[in-house]
Amino acid sequence: MEAASVKLGRGRKKRGKTFGSEERRLAALLLTPAMAVIALVAAYPIGYAIWLSFNEYSVRTPGLSRWAGFKNYTEAFGSSEFWEAVKNTFIFTGLSVTLELAIGLGMAIAMHEAFKGRGLLRTVVLVPWAVLTVVSAITWRTLFEPNLGLAPQILDAIGIGGDVVWLGQEGYAMAVMILADVWKTAPFMALLLLAGLQVIPDDVYDAAKVDGATTWQRFRRITIPLLMPAILVALIFRTLDALRIFDLPYVLTGGSNGTTTLSLIAHQELTTNRLIGYGSALSVLTFIIVMAVSFIYIRTVGGNIRSLAEEG
Amino acid sequence: MEASGGVVAPGAGVREGEKEREEARAAVRRGPRRNWVRPLLMTIAVVLICIFCLFPFYWLINVSLKTGSDLSQSDIFPPNPTLDNYDSIFKNDNFTSALKNSVIVTTVTTILALIVGSFAAYALARLRFKRKFLILALILSISTFPAIAIAAPMFKLWTDIGIYDTRIGLIIPYLTFALPLAIYILTSFFKEIPKELEEAALVDGATYFQAFRKVVLPLAAPGLVTAGLLTAFFVWNEFLLAVTLTSSPDAFTVPVSVANFTGSQKFEVPLGTISAASVVITIPLVLAVILFQKRIVAGMTAGAVKG
Repeated sequence: MEAASVKLGRGRKKRGKTFGSEERRLAALLLTPAMAVIALVAAYPIGYAIWLSFNEYSVRTPGLSRWAGFKNYTEAFGSSEFWEAVKNTFIFTGLSVTLELAIGLGMAIAMHEAFKGRGLLRTVVLVPWAVLTVVSAITWRTLFEPNLGLAPQILDAIGIGGDVVWLGQEGYAMAVMILADVWKTAPFMALLLLAGLQVIPDDVYDAAKVDGATTWQRFRRITIPLLMPAILVALIFRTLDALRIFDLPYVLTGGSNGTTTLSLIAHQELTTNRLIGYGSALSVLTFIIVMAVSFIYIRTVGGNIRSLAEEG
Repeated sequence: MEASGGVVAPGAGVREGEKEREEARAAVRRGPRRNWVRPLLMTIAVVLICIFCLFPFYWLINVSLKTGSDLSQSDIFPPNPTLDNYDSIFKNDNFTSALKNSVIVTTVTTILALIVGSFAAYALARLRFKRKFLILALILSISTFPAIAIAAPMFKLWTDIGIYDTRIGLIIPYLTFALPLAIYILTSFFKEIPKELEEAALVDGATYFQAFRKVVLPLAAPGLVTAGLLTAFFVWNEFLLAVTLTSSPDAFTVPVSVANFTGSQKFEVPLGTISAASVVITIPLVLAVILFQKRIVAGMTAGAVKG
């Protein structure tokens, strides 16, 4: 009996070994297509973009170029256009993500409390998320269009804006852009946070209630701390998206009236002005800013990735 | 113990200080009113959420039903509702060809992302090999790339090899940006399928591929639907690469086509027609949301709340 089991054990071990190498080969085979596509379209172009950013390209004669060193970068750092775009991008990101968190949290709590019709409410909330960003920009444009739009009248009635042409004035145009973004993405935030709320056990609240904690205390001392991981993930997802914003200013204002962003000026230099070197330098700078933020992202949600990578 | 604690706690609060006493009194005052205050507040909150989420899209539909001078008035209901705008966009070849391009690009990218993605996800969820964390982190970091960073090189590269302004020229970068999400969702779904089922199949003499195809894939169908939906949403919505890598209506996708309606004449924008086109390209997504709400939410939140 014992001998048999030892034999069996050995046999299994041996088989395990062959499985091991077969497994590794299979893993390599299965991962190759995905890794190849990623290398072709992410790694190689990024390297190429960095190369382009160190060169100057003739606008008149395509293909004519010369090494420019850091000239494109010093030009970017010396231009008011670049700093304007940096400022706008960060104002947009800061304000829209903060508002989305506040509204998303409110929506998530309301949805969590609503026992009836939660499924229906979730569908309703998904509608703005499903609307294309370009369409969201068009929608808010029609809402703020002079004469046609309803929003300026409503805002005027509560004493905001008066007869200002919203999309035609600095500050106001940014406000519309933020509003359009908040409308489209607060629901995404709400659904992530709702999922976080649903994993908090009811017992914790019951215990706090028994101990006499007020609604505010329960929110402040239980909901917020236990929801923190979900809040962080949602914040980081949204921040990375907001830093890359392109569609909204492109359609709403074309970048005029204080709404130009990093992605937008890089795109304009590349396509409209055909400044491939300078445009690439702006793209690389955008890339560096976003990567710096996503470094924080990997550190925050690294645990999630690691648990996905773990065995079993 | 617990019951007595509940009774004692408010009293203890009163003894401890003025503030707690005030709160306790407030709680007592609130007590009987709660029965109707809470449902009322909930109803108000739900109504507000519905208005906030649905009104802007309703407004777009409203504008799409207006023509002529109605477009310079802010009526909430179109005074003379007409389908003229819809009629004119479906007669517009640029728009209909953009619709066709978007359907093709979205379908092909989604199918490829599911095939390539489920291979990679199976390896990541099931097989044992070194540096798995590194590979997964690398794949996921792609999803944080700003598309603008690859716009210029892709433009040059595609021009050089002759696939600039083609559908395939969009499908390839879309596949790259869709894969991380698809792989992430599929990996977490594959991991939930009991390993024993495949092991039983392997012991019975099935190959890895047979175990994958006959055991894992059918069980992972919900995951495939979820990953497929989110991929399709991403591709249908993508704008920056579409506007950079195409230049003619032959390759324009719907967002580019709709945005170009606006771009051509800055001051006389045909808002009625643009709105109609916007509604048309959004309807499929809204239908998908109504039909697959649960699957979509599952995909959005996959992994986000596990940590």
